[in-house]
Amino acid sequence: MTAPATQPPVTKAAVPGQRGGTRGGPGRRDGMEGKTLNAFSHGFLVLWAIMIVLPLFWILLGNFKTDSQIKSSAWTWPTEWTFDAFQRGWEKGVGDYLLNTLIVMVFSVPLTMLLGAMAAYVLARYEFFGNRFLYYFFVAGSMFPVFLALVPLYFMVDRLGMLNTYQGLILVYVAYSLPFTVFYLYSFFRTLPTAVHEAAVIDGASHTRVFFQIMVPMAKPGLISVGIFNVLGQWNQYILPLTLMQKQSGGDEDRSMLAQGLVSLMNQGNYETDLPALYAGMTISMIPVFVVYASFQRQVQSGLTVATLK
Amino acid sequence: MHRNKYPFIAGFLVLPVGLYLLLVIWPYIQTISYSFTDWSGASQKFSFVGFDNYKDLADDDVFLKALQHNALLLVLVPTLTILLSLFFAFMVNVGGRGGAGGVSGVKGSGFYRIVFFFPQVLSVAILAILFKAVYRGDDSGLINGSLQAVGLGDKNHPTEWLNDPDLVLWCIVFVMIWAGAGFYMVLFSAAMQSIPRDIYEAALLDGAGRIQTFFRVTLPLLWETIQTAWVFLAILSMDAFLLISTLTSQDFGGGPDHSSEVISTYLMRNFQTYSKSGYACAMGVVMLLLTLIVSIVTLRLSRRERIEY
Repeated sequence: MTAPATQPPVTKAAVPGQRGGTRGGPGRRDGMEGKTLNAFSHGFLVLWAIMIVLPLFWILLGNFKTDSQIKSSAWTWPTEWTFDAFQRGWEKGVGDYLLNTLIVMVFSVPLTMLLGAMAAYVLARYEFFGNRFLYYFFVAGSMFPVFLALVPLYFMVDRLGMLNTYQGLILVYVAYSLPFTVFYLYSFFRTLPTAVHEAAVIDGASHTRVFFQIMVPMAKPGLISVGIFNVLGQWNQYILPLTLMQKQSGGDEDRSMLAQGLVSLMNQGNYETDLPALYAGMTISMIPVFVVYASFQRQVQSGLTVATLK
Repeated sequence: MHRNKYPFIAGFLVLPVGLYLLLVIWPYIQTISYSFTDWSGASQKFSFVGFDNYKDLADDDVFLKALQHNALLLVLVPTLTILLSLFFAFMVNVGGRGGAGGVSGVKGSGFYRIVFFFPQVLSVAILAILFKAVYRGDDSGLINGSLQAVGLGDKNHPTEWLNDPDLVLWCIVFVMIWAGAGFYMVLFSAAMQSIPRDIYEAALLDGAGRIQTFFRVTLPLLWETIQTAWVFLAILSMDAFLLISTLTSQDFGGGPDHSSEVISTYLMRNFQTYSKSGYACAMGVVMLLLTLIVSIVTLRLSRRERIEY
């Protein structure tokens, strides 16, 4: 698909001769060794690619099969290409789960960005007592597995009266997204030039105004990168809603998030037989991820590695 | 700056820091203090029991089994993932021969980079549904169905991948590697790309083959990144909760018969099903300590002289 044309045909022919010329023995041995190695390594790359694409494609195909087709054999081909499964999946709750997820994320992502940017900005650009401590304090939060905090977190949210509420989950999402956001934006704000900032201060702009009108627009690329991670991360979040968005009473509304809802659909699946609907739900929840990843593939990859390598 | 900056700093920090303290840091601290109590979780009544929970843990067979499984994951997952992704990264960056100077990726590198990384952005829920279907225990599962299609599987006794006590943990290991190798490939690629090209060119001129180039040049220069990767993967395999709890049988996973039990699944069952929250917290503390120990040991053991270039 995107195979880059990094190998002009001319050099291909030129290399063995060139290398053979410089160092006869090792060069030629490398040629032989290279060939077998080549076949093996290329084969393995192709195999791994198949191992990733095949299961996903197979599940997508399952959207169009009937339940009995899926259960009879792995190698059946859909006979009717209809979107019935999507409709059934949607009615079984996927539609509601999607809505719940969207409601939470409409608030949690911007709030994460705002609070994360504010903290990162102050930590990166102002000298004050405890600055370093606070920075490491934020960084440390991303080190430990989330569910170590789950038991007390559950009771904390309960005490705030926010179990199975959107606002509760929004606040928790924001809190748990802060470490990475602060960490990432901190290094971003450090790289921004100070000259503009000083000029604005001399012109009489307040600190707050400098932040919102100068620094935030300048930090836009960084904000976009970290925004993508937060969208992906919160969209895929599973354990926090699983703990915090449980029905508190029989009449309580089901406010499951998408990932959580799909897993509960899957677990019911042993009794109710409608795998195509489940696969359709999975497809629905995968489409946004796929679109975001396909459009921002470079930012996702480089952003994550930059954050990890620092 | 002429004006007093402190009110501004405080104003910008109070909300983020407050929220973070309340919902992230404080729960972690509470986990530690609850671990010394007999708290059931149902009410706020509990009494201080000292190290009793920890003593019970030492005699709890299920916990010890879980600990063993964690240790196994801790060795297998990072090692295999790193080996595999190093190989991928090498192929994608320097595996090809024929560009100017002879240093370039194999054909289709861009494609592999995109496809291999993709599982990283999938949620655990998707992984669970996907691999439940792949591992299904009759011939409708992708693996069983494919094995039978090529005449390898036994039609009357298909393998029950996730219900076989001897296989279930290996199935989990495979999913973890499947999902993670792409990310570490990209991580190592970034590190490889920051190695100056002339080092490779010099090695090539000296007649180094690909294998030699890899072991003599790439690996030493990548050491620090590999170390970081090991710590990340160790933390990841310490956790493994989401994957195991969704893919395997039993409440919060760990089945069949505790053969895929890890500390995290047992912790959650003690908390939610058995109402033994104090005990669960003690497990959390053990995990926290193990995570710290693993990180410190990794950083110590693999400490080498930093290579400057």
